Amino acid sequence: MTQTNEPVPQREAGYVSEPTDGAGTDAPFLVVEDLTVRFPTADGMVQAVSDLSYSVAQGKTLGIVGESGSGKSVSSLAVMGLHDAKRTQMSGSIRVGGKEVLGLSNDKMRRIRGREVAMIFQDPLTALHPFYKVGVQISEAYQAHHDVSRSKARTKAIEMLDRVGIPQARTRVDDYPHQFSGGMRQRAMIAMALVNDPSLLIADEPTTALDVTVQAQILDLLQELQKDFNSAIIIITHDLGVVAEMADEVMVMYAGRAVEYGTTRQILTHPEMPYTWGLLSSVPDVTADPEARLIPIKGNPPSLLKPPSGCAFHPRCPHMDKVPGDLCQTTLPDLTVAQHAEGGHVKRCHLPDPSAIYEQEILPEIAPDLVELVVNDELPAETGTGLVEDSPSDVVLPKER
Amino acid sequence: MFGYIVRRLIAGVLVVIAVTMIVFAIFFYGPNDPALAYCPESKCTQARLDNIRHNLGLDRPAPQQYVEYMSGYVKGRHIESGAISVDCSWPCLGVSFKYRVPVFDYLWQRAPATFAVAIGGAICFLTLGLSSGIFAARRRGTLADKGIVSASLFINAIPYYLLALLAYLYLVQGLGLFPETGYHSPFTEGVPAFVGGLALPWLVLGIAYCTQYARFSRGAMVDALNEDYVRTARAKGLAERTVTRRHALRAAIVPVVTIFGLDFAYLLAGTVFTEKIFGIQGIGLAGLDAVQRTDLPMISATVLLGAVFIIVANIVVDILYSVIDPRVRLS
Repeated sequence: MTQTNEPVPQREAGYVSEPTDGAGTDAPFLVVEDLTVRFPTADGMVQAVSDLSYSVAQGKTLGIVGESGSGKSVSSLAVMGLHDAKRTQMSGSIRVGGKEVLGLSNDKMRRIRGREVAMIFQDPLTALHPFYKVGVQISEAYQAHHDVSRSKARTKAIEMLDRVGIPQARTRVDDYPHQFSGGMRQRAMIAMALVNDPSLLIADEPTTALDVTVQAQILDLLQELQKDFNSAIIIITHDLGVVAEMADEVMVMYAGRAVEYGTTRQILTHPEMPYTWGLLSSVPDVTADPEARLIPIKGNPPSLLKPPSGCAFHPRCPHMDKVPGDLCQTTLPDLTVAQHAEGGHVKRCHLPDPSAIYEQEILPEIAPDLVELVVNDELPAETGTGLVEDSPSDVVLPKER
Repeated sequence: MFGYIVRRLIAGVLVVIAVTMIVFAIFFYGPNDPALAYCPESKCTQARLDNIRHNLGLDRPAPQQYVEYMSGYVKGRHIESGAISVDCSWPCLGVSFKYRVPVFDYLWQRAPATFAVAIGGAICFLTLGLSSGIFAARRRGTLADKGIVSASLFINAIPYYLLALLAYLYLVQGLGLFPETGYHSPFTEGVPAFVGGLALPWLVLGIAYCTQYARFSRGAMVDALNEDYVRTARAKGLAERTVTRRHALRAAIVPVVTIFGLDFAYLLAGTVFTEKIFGIQGIGLAGLDAVQRTDLPMISATVLLGAVFIIVANIVVDILYSVIDPRVRLS
C-alpha cells in the first residue's frame, strides 16, 4: 500500500482497546477522514473514493447511498482492509475505536476484521463457502478470535443461529449453505458477522439479493440485534427505502465523493442536492398519491477513469441553468452547510437556493400530498417520509422453512 | 452412492468387454498376420506358417478363440495348443506368444516398476505444479507470475521424449549427476538403489507434467481468490494462510482432480517413453515389445489394463468430486 499521508504513530499492537459505550468518550467508534482510494484497472488508474469523511457512533446507523460505482463499497472495504493492498493507493485516515487502521499490516488488520468490524455482503449464496457446513463457517469466525475448542465454538454457532431466528438451529448447524433458503443464508451471514460481538457492522446491500418479504425480515433482525449488541451499523444501499427504515444518518455518494450528508430526516425531507432529488424521484411508493410520477435520473453514472470536470453530476443535472456562469462545469463545489442545517446537514452543490427548487419543483411532482407538511416543517417525526411501508410483521408472514 | 458405484462398475465392465472385442477384431481381421512375426523370413514356407498358426492356436475360428480367451477372466484355463501346454490360473489373460508364459504373471512382475515410476512421478508433478501454480496466483501480474507461466509454456512446448532423452544424455551419461537409471526393488536391493535408479525419471516426469498443473491450478486459484466467499473468509479475520489453503484451494482443487485422475491412470498403464529411455522394465515397455512382436495376448492385456485404469480413475474422480463439493450428488 502506498501511504501518502503523514506516517501514523504506531500505538500498541494487536487488539483495539475495548470501546466504551458513549460514556467517557465523545469520539464516534468509526471516524473516516479525507479518505482517498486509487487503484489501477485494465483501462487505467481509477480514483474510486475522493476526500471522503464520515463517522458512526456506537448504536447508530449510517446509510451510504449511491449508484453502482459511486465508491460506496470501496470505501467500506477500505475500512475492513479488504482492498488489494499491493495495488491500492490510499490516503487519509480511518480510525476504528480511536486507533488508526490505515496502513496497518495485514496481520494486525486481521485481528480487527471480524472482531471489531464485521461485514455482511450482498449475495449470501456466493458469500458463504459452498463446501463447508454453515456451522463450521460460523465456528471458524469465532475461533479466529477466540482460543476455544471446536465443540465450544460449535455451541456458540448454534447459539448464534438460534439468535438470528434459524429454526432448529441444533440440526441446521450441520447443513450446507445450499440447503438454506436465501433469507436463512443471509441470517447465517449475520450470525457469522456478529459471533465475535463486533462494535461495527458493515452491511453491503444486505437485502438486494433477497425477496421483498424477506428483505423486511432481515432489516428488522438487524435493528433488533443492533439494540442487543449496541453496535454501530453502516448500511450500504441504493435503496432509499432501506435507508429510511434503518439509518440515523445518510451519506449520499456520487462519483467517489459525498454529495450530501445529514440526518436521515433532513436528507429525506429537505434534500438540497439535485442528485438526491433524482434518487428520491426514482423510488416507487405504493402509498403515494396516484398522481405522483416516477422520474428516473437521466444518463449514466460517470466513468471514474475520466470523471467530469467541476461538479461530477453536472452532465446529468437538470438544474444547471439556475447556477450563474459555467461554475458547475469548472469548479467542484465544496461540502457546505445546507439551508436546513439542523443535524450537521451538508451538501455539495452550487445552486443558490436549492430548498426553494425542491419545494416548488420537485416535491409537487413526486409527493404532492406532502408539500405543505414539508414546507411548514410539520412532518410528524415518527411517520417517516412515506417512502416505505412499514415492514410486515413476522406474525403475518409465513415463517421460512 | 453405493448404487452409483455399482452402476458405474457394471458400465465399466461393459466397456472392458467392448475393448477386448475391438482389439480381437483388429487383430484377426486386420492386415497383420501374427504368425509371420514368428516365421524366419528366409525359410518361411507355407507348411511352416501353418504349423506356427496351429501352435499359437490361431487356426481355429476367431469367435471360438475369443470365447475361450474371455473364459479366462472368470476362471483359470489350461491352454494346450500345438507345442504350448501351460496352466494359466485366474485371472487368465492368455499366454504370451513370445514368452510362453501367462500374460498376467508376466505383467504382474513388471507392475512394481511402472507403479513406482507413476506414483513417484505423480508426487513430483503434483507438488511442483500445485505449489508453483498457487504461488503464481497469489502474485498475479508480478514478474514471478509471468516467469512461472512462461516457463510452463516453454517446457510444455518441448516434446516429452526429447526432454527425457536430453536429461538422460546430459545428467546421467554426460555429467554423471544421476546414477544409471532403472528399477531396483526396494525390498531386495535396498532403498538407496531404488531411489537412485528412479530419481531422474521422477524428476523428468515431474517437470514435464507439472506445467499443465501449474497453469490449471493458477487459473483455478485466481478464480477462487476472487470469489465472494474468499472475501468473506478474509472479512472474518482468518489468517491469509488459512484463507488460501482452506477456502481458496479447496475450490481450486476441483479441476485439478479431473486432469490428475486421467494422467495418473495413463501413468499406471505404463509410459512407453519413460520406460524405454530410462531402461525401466515396466508395463509400457512390455506393451511396446508386444506390438513389435504382434503378441496378441500381451497386446490385449496391456490395452485392457489401460482401459481398466482409466475407468477406475474416472469413477474415483467422480467420487472425489462429491467428497470435495457437497452440492454434487452422485446419481
